[in-house]
Amino acid sequence: MQPTRQIQAWLLLLPALCLLVAFTHYPVIKTIVRSFFGFGTRWESQATLENYRYLLEDEVLMQVLYNSFLYAAITVPVSIVLAIAMALWVNSKMAGKGILRTAYFTPTVLPMISVANIWLFFYSPEIGLLNKLLGLVGHGGINWLGDPEVALYSLMAMTIWKEAGFFMIFYLAALQTIDSNLYHAAAIENANKWTVFRRITFPLLMPTTLFVLVNALLNAFKLVDHLFILTKGGPNNASNLLLYYIFENAFSFFDTAYAAALTVLMLVILVVLALLQFGVIEKRVHYR
Amino acid sequence: MNRLLHYLSVTLAWLLGLVWLFPLIYAIWAATHPPEFATRFSLFAPLTMQNFYEAWDQAPFLRYMLNTIAITTMILAGQLVLCTLAAYALARMEFTGRGIIFALVLMQLMVVPEILIVENYQTLAGLNLIDTYWGVALPYFASAFGIFLLRQTFKTVPEDLENAARIEGCSVLAIIWKVYVPLAKPTYLAFSLVSISYHWNNFLWPLVVTNTEKSRPLTVGMSIFGAPESGVDWSIISAGTLISVGPLLVLFILFQRQFVQSFMQAGIK
Amino acid sequence: MMWINRLRQTAAAAAIFAFAAPAAATTELTMFYPVAVGGALTKIVDGIVADFETANPDIDVNAIYAGNYNDARVKALAALQSGDPAQLSVMFSIDVHELMGLDAIVPFDDVVTTQEEKDWLGSFYPALMENGKVDGKTYGVPFQRSTIVMYYNKDMFRAAGLDPEKPPTSWEELAEAGAALTKKNADGNVDQWGAMIPSTGYPYWMFGALTKQQGEVLMNQAGTETYFNNPGVIDALNFWKDLGTKYSVMPEGTIEWGTLRQNFLEQKTAIMWHSTGNLTTVKKNASFDFGVAMLPAGSEPGSPTGGGNFYIFKAASDEERAASLKLVRFMTSPEQAAKWSIETGYMGVSPAAYETTELSEYVKTFPPAAIARDQLQHATAELSTHQAGRVRKLLDDAIQSVLTGQSTAEDALNSAQKQAERILSRYK
Repeated sequence: MQPTRQIQAWLLLLPALCLLVAFTHYPVIKTIVRSFFGFGTRWESQATLENYRYLLEDEVLMQVLYNSFLYAAITVPVSIVLAIAMALWVNSKMAGKGILRTAYFTPTVLPMISVANIWLFFYSPEIGLLNKLLGLVGHGGINWLGDPEVALYSLMAMTIWKEAGFFMIFYLAALQTIDSNLYHAAAIENANKWTVFRRITFPLLMPTTLFVLVNALLNAFKLVDHLFILTKGGPNNASNLLLYYIFENAFSFFDTAYAAALTVLMLVILVVLALLQFGVIEKRVHYR
Repeated sequence: MNRLLHYLSVTLAWLLGLVWLFPLIYAIWAATHPPEFATRFSLFAPLTMQNFYEAWDQAPFLRYMLNTIAITTMILAGQLVLCTLAAYALARMEFTGRGIIFALVLMQLMVVPEILIVENYQTLAGLNLIDTYWGVALPYFASAFGIFLLRQTFKTVPEDLENAARIEGCSVLAIIWKVYVPLAKPTYLAFSLVSISYHWNNFLWPLVVTNTEKSRPLTVGMSIFGAPESGVDWSIISAGTLISVGPLLVLFILFQRQFVQSFMQAGIK
Repeated sequence: MMWINRLRQTAAAAAIFAFAAPAAATTELTMFYPVAVGGALTKIVDGIVADFETANPDIDVNAIYAGNYNDARVKALAALQSGDPAQLSVMFSIDVHELMGLDAIVPFDDVVTTQEEKDWLGSFYPALMENGKVDGKTYGVPFQRSTIVMYYNKDMFRAAGLDPEKPPTSWEELAEAGAALTKKNADGNVDQWGAMIPSTGYPYWMFGALTKQQGEVLMNQAGTETYFNNPGVIDALNFWKDLGTKYSVMPEGTIEWGTLRQNFLEQKTAIMWHSTGNLTTVKKNASFDFGVAMLPAGSEPGSPTGGGNFYIFKAASDEERAASLKLVRFMTSPEQAAKWSIETGYMGVSPAAYETTELSEYVKTFPPAAIARDQLQHATAELSTHQAGRVRKLLDDAIQSVLTGQSTAEDALNSAQKQAERILSRYK
């Protein structure tokens, strides 16, 4: 390779690389440094483990971590299963599937923060829609956002509503690439629908599932917009999530250093999740 | 038995569709009826446009909308240019350190800017870009997702085409522009749609970097317009919501076929 | 848009170079302000600001609505950091210690010069100055100030056989009236609640009322000590919880601050405790006969004051400080305070405001407008400490954990007190 090509390559990469470094790699490093050298909004001259010590003692953090993992463990699989079902329906010969597709996809174009107020109406006790429906069957109603046992699940429902339609599109794209001959062959063997799905469709959707899984997991840690309107993490942190807690520490308590330690924790979690996923992908490649 | 299952499945599909559309249906109901009917449903409720007037009067939606459009456009334009250049280099040029650079790029798939709000805020404050469009847009210009997607697409372009162009005396930029970009159109379309819908909806980062109407996008505007602290008035909030999501929603309904098809052609998996 | 701004800045710079006449230059002020109650308050503020600009053509005011109290503080401080600072802002009256800790504000005592200005500083209700004064200096001047008042539905009182002119005046009466007002339907589910006290948004504020009614305060004036686990404080939280569990006049779990007004207007609750800042909105939207009363007394009556004060930032130049002072004086003048009180329900901040013909007439025709002021004699400062955000959240979490049955009042408040002491130990 000629040196001019080398220079050209670097020149092409330079703008993107500069911004990547400025807004991803540099802040990651600075976060790590701050988590050791920061105290409140100030810098200390000596490294300290104070922020990490507080991390270990912070009872709220334990609750927040538990919530975040539960939130991911439920929203991710449910969204994926729903997305597959939606894609299968929309891909079938059902009448009116165009309308259905629009319906499923609509939440994707509605900003979470705007519709959160409408969900607040659904969840509101006494005057809200869900409790009015429950009242029709003689149930006394649930305090959807005010009961610590329920609040987090109420948030999950909204997340799933927001996400499933988006993932459906990816599955829809994948379904179209499946060779229809495979289905003809299955029809000749008289295989029932479930078998067809289990033996043909699902395995062929596997790469999509992996892609969606990565995205869904990331979103599960990233999507906290609705907390700002619905619960603010309450009651008593029952619905607080890690990114929201970081925001609170940094911008409500002005404890930038502790927020940095929390961010490092979040980065570690994401990296571990990424490695696990790459491990799974690697295995699948060998398997094939 | 099979018939029954089929009907069950169809019913379920429509039921789910209804649930998914319901918030929007409710918003339309609440926005077009007087406030007394916001939590009550009656076929005979009178229709009104009053909520739209009031919402429009209470917040500078036009300004917010302009801000959102400007920010989304800036980000998309920046992404398309920067990602194309970087993707070409990573797909078709051999240079020392390519593997490492690619790994550095992929890192951003995991470490999204949202997580780094605190430090990125400080950086932008240092650059005096708080409360500007650039402040909202800059961290998103170099999109790892875009680079990755375009690199994969560029790799499928036959090298003969590039060689032919080079023999004709085309420069690298001309080759990218004349050979690669046209062939990657579906990918560009799919990526653009993802990017637009992402940044149209984005909230946390703009909340942090914008202070005033000067740069505040719709999402942040909506969040303070409808802040529950000020006592929720669903009729007006619904009207505001419809005003703010209307344009994108209409665009989507008009172009949804193309949207889905471009996804399929791009083969995002 | 960027380039237009650029252009404008360049043009402005060019103009300054061209006609270097600093004496005639207008002073530009940026001010952030929050809204935490209902109604189109931004319009009202814009109106007052426009009046001010007409009266003072040499001052340009850019008033920015920033969301709730927390948002306003974050945005104002962010603007300071970003080099495009605000000169004054309306922020939470209780932000004072934190703002001082960040060295962001100047006391008004350093800004006022003439005797007239000094007199003005002494013209407010003393109870409203409590949160704004630290070490004898005044850092916050009252603007959108409130106390908690009790709104009640007179129609429901009549229907339940209660005297609509005699709202409950003690905790016992509140529980009794609440029981009479709570109505169940055939399924045994509650259709109409006796009372609601909001427990999201600002739970510590509502709690401040209950504790004051037990003769307790939550912190010292210096903001370095909290008294979360004093016996009276624990009793207060137990009473709040009992309203739900023992007397069953209030729903269990937390009650949303934002939707509570809607609940009251939809007649789902006969009584609500809320900021007086909601008064005008309730008046406009209530389809029934309602009354407003002081909060019922425990061992004594009481409510914390609440709301927003004016602060002037250190970053402002002398000229800007003087202009800011002018603006603050204008917005807190008896005439403006009267107008503001009528349009929102917030208090007129000085006795003189209630002496204006406008407000005195209004109070005559609509007596509830004076309740918040009358309650001032029983008022105490709102919870305000160093590291206010974190300390407040400790108390909020403790309250919510008790109301949702996760913890006993004693355990929750002991733990909150212990953590607060640890946080505050640095500031002694």
